[in-house]
Amino acid sequence: MTVETFSGAERILEPSAGALLRRRVFGHAGFMIGAAIILAILAAALLAPWLAPHDPYAQDLTRRLVPPVWDAKGSWLDPLGTDQLGRDYLSRLLFGARISLLIGFSAALISGLIGTGLGLCAGYFGGRVDMVASFVVTTRLAMPVVLVALAVVALAGGSLHIVVAVLGLLLWDRFAVVTRAATHQVRQLDYVAAARATGCSTARIILAEILPNIMNALIVIATIEMANAILLDAALSFLGLGVQPPLPDWGLMVAEGKEYMFFSPWVIAIPGLALFTLVLAINLVGDGLRDLAAPENRN
Amino acid sequence: MTPPLLEMRDVTRSFEVSAGLLRRRRTLRAVNGVSLRLEKGEVLGLVGESGCGKSTIAKMLLGLLPPQSGAILLEGRSLAALDRKAVARRIQPVFQDPYSSLNPRKTVGAIIALPLRVHGIGDRRERRARVFAMMDRVGLAPRLHASFPSQLSGGQRQRVAIARALITAPEILICDEPTSALDVSVQSQILNLLQDLRRELGLTYLLISHNLAVVEHMATRVAVMYLGRIVEEAASETLFGRPRHPYTEALLASVLTPEPGLGLPDTGLGAAFPNPLEPPSGCAFHPRCPKAMPLCRGTPPPARSKDGARVECHLCAAAVP
Repeated sequence: MTVETFSGAERILEPSAGALLRRRVFGHAGFMIGAAIILAILAAALLAPWLAPHDPYAQDLTRRLVPPVWDAKGSWLDPLGTDQLGRDYLSRLLFGARISLLIGFSAALISGLIGTGLGLCAGYFGGRVDMVASFVVTTRLAMPVVLVALAVVALAGGSLHIVVAVLGLLLWDRFAVVTRAATHQVRQLDYVAAARATGCSTARIILAEILPNIMNALIVIATIEMANAILLDAALSFLGLGVQPPLPDWGLMVAEGKEYMFFSPWVIAIPGLALFTLVLAINLVGDGLRDLAAPENRN
Repeated sequence: MTPPLLEMRDVTRSFEVSAGLLRRRRTLRAVNGVSLRLEKGEVLGLVGESGCGKSTIAKMLLGLLPPQSGAILLEGRSLAALDRKAVARRIQPVFQDPYSSLNPRKTVGAIIALPLRVHGIGDRRERRARVFAMMDRVGLAPRLHASFPSQLSGGQRQRVAIARALITAPEILICDEPTSALDVSVQSQILNLLQDLRRELGLTYLLISHNLAVVEHMATRVAVMYLGRIVEEAASETLFGRPRHPYTEALLASVLTPEPGLGLPDTGLGAAFPNPLEPPSGCAFHPRCPKAMPLCRGTPPPARSKDGARVECHLCAAAVP
């Protein structure tokens, strides 16, 4: 009788693992702020056709470089003003979020798959495979990202697909290096030996025993590379070699506005601020994930 | 005569050790011509100092590491020729450190069920039932089914490791220092559990340990290993009662007594375990042997077998012609 009462009481007093996790996530201010910003930008990107007051491509040359609403000459017709071709800036900003998120996400995904695959093979098999993989990583590190991206885009022409492909194929080095080191560490643990001794296939060991244990590091790197890809895309677009006009890309908006920045500073300040906020939010989420996933912070 | 359940015949395994970028690679002979027989139902204790090759033997018997020469036979058939999964069904490991032998991302239930899933045994419900039955058998409360290893104590973790090893009903359990990472109070519980399971399930154990008390408690036969070779092998009572190799004598003398004031026992061996990269000539034990003779320096001692006991020492060779 008493024993049963005690075990019942224990269950009430001891919060479930899910509740503990929720408490830790909600208690992490940086993560929550970053996540809120990303969710807001994601919502803006998804709902852009309904939120945008105008067509982002519609030009109105009679209303060029109208200042934002908080300026004396601004109006609610174009809440964030218009650009040099008279396109509504708020609408372009909202549609531009789609491109930034798309590029960041796809480039991080492609480079994540390449780098993680390479790192897992190098770390698990070691020996010759490791030597080849390390050579490939070194070769990649010897190539300056921006210059290679510039050369490829200059040769192949700038478009969304090419920018995503170039960034995805260039940003996998960090994934590879970290995955290799982490895999090398994990593969020496006894649970990998135990899995081999039960007759697990190599693929199963790598995917089911090793990968989940190095996922924390990978998620953090994915956020870093996502932010990196967004910034690089902005830089390429700024140089005129990234996404091509008239697409509303934030980097491109800064580039197109740079001639007018002395008299109409908002044309570069607004997309610049948007980029800054998005990258900051992604980094906050990355830092938060790292903190939340660290075993020493559990319980 | 039926072949022994598991047998090692003159097995050698060495590792290439690189000493630096431009230095020549050197060979470390971890296991150097070892022959061992494991008969059904017995507990063979394998003792020796750190670095003598005990764990390399365990890895080779599990099929995790191929021997370089010699053969490992499971009921007379070479381990190398058998399917990996077929070997896994019959030989399973229990590792030393229950903190690294359980995947921290999986629940206890998933860890114990993994061998069943790998071998495609049963459907979900049947596997679940078998996991609960095995947890009960090794003394784990059913409520721990959904727990993660980080929520368990060392003893509970080792029980999970034992349950995982036994879930596919193997015949041979290779226990590599199964208790040395545990608290003293928990050690005896795990040893008793292993004893009970052996009786109930008719298991055969290879028990690797540097703890002589554990080996004496568990083993029916003991093999003493020194620098990659088995220097003495005998039934447990014989070996503990009348050790014949000077190394075995020294090991037995080194057991700590609970008597206070006696201080640390003097093994007479000195602290230095020889560098396995440069094994001594002749009998590998001669630099530390209190009874070393000039002969020992030059000639490796021959193996002498008598009444199922086996010893490699010039002294015994002289005594038993």
